[in-house]
Amino acid sequence: MNEQDTTHPGSEVAPPSEHGTAVRLDQGHVVGDGGLPERFTNPGLPAHVARMADLDESAARRAEKQVATLFGISILGTLAFIVCYFAISLETTIFVPGIGETSASNFALGVTMALGLLGIGFGAVHWAKTLMPDEEVVEERHPMRASDESRQQVVETLKEGGASSQITRRPMIKYTLGGALGLFALPLVLQVAGSLGPMPQKSNSKTFWNGGPSGPGQDPTFKPLRLMRDPENTPIKAEDVTIGSVFHVMPEGLLPDPVTGTGGTPNLLEEKAKAAVLLMRLDENIIKSQKQRDWGYDGIVAYSKICTHVGCPVGLYEQQTHHLLCPCHQSTFDVTQDAKVIFGPAKRALPQLQITVDGEGYLVSAAPFHEAVGPSFWERGR
Amino acid sequence: MNSLAARRRHPAAIAILLMLGLFLTGAVYAVVAPKDADATTQALPAQSIEEGRQLFLANCASCHGQNAEGRATGHGDRIAGPALAGVGAAAVDFQVGTGRMPLSGPMVQAPGGQPKFSQPQIDSMAAYIASLAPGPAVPSEEAVDPALGNAAKGGELFRVNCAMCHNAAGAGGALTRGKYAPAIRDISGRHIYQAMVTGPQSMPVFSDANLSPESKRDIISYLTTIDQQEKPGGMALGSLGPVTEGLFAWVFGLGILVACAVWLGSKSA
Repeated sequence: MNEQDTTHPGSEVAPPSEHGTAVRLDQGHVVGDGGLPERFTNPGLPAHVARMADLDESAARRAEKQVATLFGISILGTLAFIVCYFAISLETTIFVPGIGETSASNFALGVTMALGLLGIGFGAVHWAKTLMPDEEVVEERHPMRASDESRQQVVETLKEGGASSQITRRPMIKYTLGGALGLFALPLVLQVAGSLGPMPQKSNSKTFWNGGPSGPGQDPTFKPLRLMRDPENTPIKAEDVTIGSVFHVMPEGLLPDPVTGTGGTPNLLEEKAKAAVLLMRLDENIIKSQKQRDWGYDGIVAYSKICTHVGCPVGLYEQQTHHLLCPCHQSTFDVTQDAKVIFGPAKRALPQLQITVDGEGYLVSAAPFHEAVGPSFWERGR
Repeated sequence: MNSLAARRRHPAAIAILLMLGLFLTGAVYAVVAPKDADATTQALPAQSIEEGRQLFLANCASCHGQNAEGRATGHGDRIAGPALAGVGAAAVDFQVGTGRMPLSGPMVQAPGGQPKFSQPQIDSMAAYIASLAPGPAVPSEEAVDPALGNAAKGGELFRVNCAMCHNAAGAGGALTRGKYAPAIRDISGRHIYQAMVTGPQSMPVFSDANLSPESKRDIISYLTTIDQQEKPGGMALGSLGPVTEGLFAWVFGLGILVACAVWLGSKSA
């Protein structure tokens, strides 16, 4: 047992050096004998290294001036902010190197406010670092436990309060208070649960192509719907779809009139998010799937635009490679192979919409989507 | 030299050395890098089909064939250049007028750049290609005048038909396997119109049956509007959205915070 084991907190500071308070960092090196000691001694806190301002009054005065200058910059910045706020018109623009053409008012207010705040901050830190005492000290922790008398007193006070409120003697108050507090939690839970809206029911598996609005509780019966251009809301003739074209399509009756903004389906965004379709025409000879050819019309094929990964719109069609790319996570679908996934995190092919032409030559749907569009969900099963 | 050697352990030395190295590498590359061959042939400004055919034979036939019938490379179904009958004058004016053709070498996608031919030469080649089979013509001045279009309607059409590849602000974006949708800022209305009508490279065709000529003019008007609009916030960071903005905040915002923390923790002299 050596002396170090008996030290108590607070006495670990190294003994003051014989040179006074200033210690050179390269002093105090002990030449070892190569062997390991049985125990390492507690080195304690490092000796305090005096700063310039601690030893030299002129250095301290210099530091004082620097801090005052920083605070002065802050004062000037704040005053300049107030002037700029009134003086600079909101319409003025200036060219700032590295930023470009920008609003003069925004720029001036930002710079002056930065000076105002940073001046205070940097000044305070510089003050603390150069002039405030920087000697490390250890403070002993005092016992936290209150004395036995005061603990006893608290218990007695509580007991006395409980007895004088008569809650134990008057059970009606006790039970109604308990009931009131317990029931009060319900409205909090109820408004969260209630504001979640109706359960989706089967609406996740249906789209507007099923024949009409497909929200929760709605069960449209199928009727052929014309394929309409988004956003013009005009029907598409089969002859309009040339090879290499891509059309962004919504079902007939979903979009409001593009000029008047009236009509259209209620819950427009929900219906749009499920019904969006991409229409392309390929050379029939390069389509590798017989089902894809049968469900299309003369090489015109319609696929759901909603990615089967997490539901981003898959709109990036490359007309030479016939790849459909989802911009969110780079899932890539090959339109010549029935929109099979050839790259990326999506697991299922994009659902194809069966189409044909009506008596007037316009493209119409021949059946609703045969499976739920978009990403997986709990009731979907896979 | 002595003072330089003495400062080699200065904290800033490694940063200065790195900057110097990067700068030197860049400078050497700029000097040594191969230049584009200048294949310009100074031809008479006569706009004629025969003139265009001569230019075509001299500059394009090696890939597109002597009669613009297209050529195979002999490697599977890869082609050196597609057949050009029926692509129309608009395709020639777009591809050559934006510097995409003639292509300097085989690559995934022809990059835009300085046009290699004068406008009369391009017109001659366009006339020759248009004479092979009917195709989209170069649009009139009126068809591409942004002042006549409706920018608000054009913006709506752009966001549905174009923004998924070209970005809502026309800043461009990536496609599959090294291909990309180029940025379409500060592009002339004529070239925007021709790109829609001919569908260059990966881009689908937006024929007049898909987007009417008026709709195309609306889109041109929208793009012109965003080219000209002011940016009150200054640096737009490429209009690329959260990726560049987030990176900026992480690098500069956190960098400043880290520098402040280092300064706060350092001992004063």
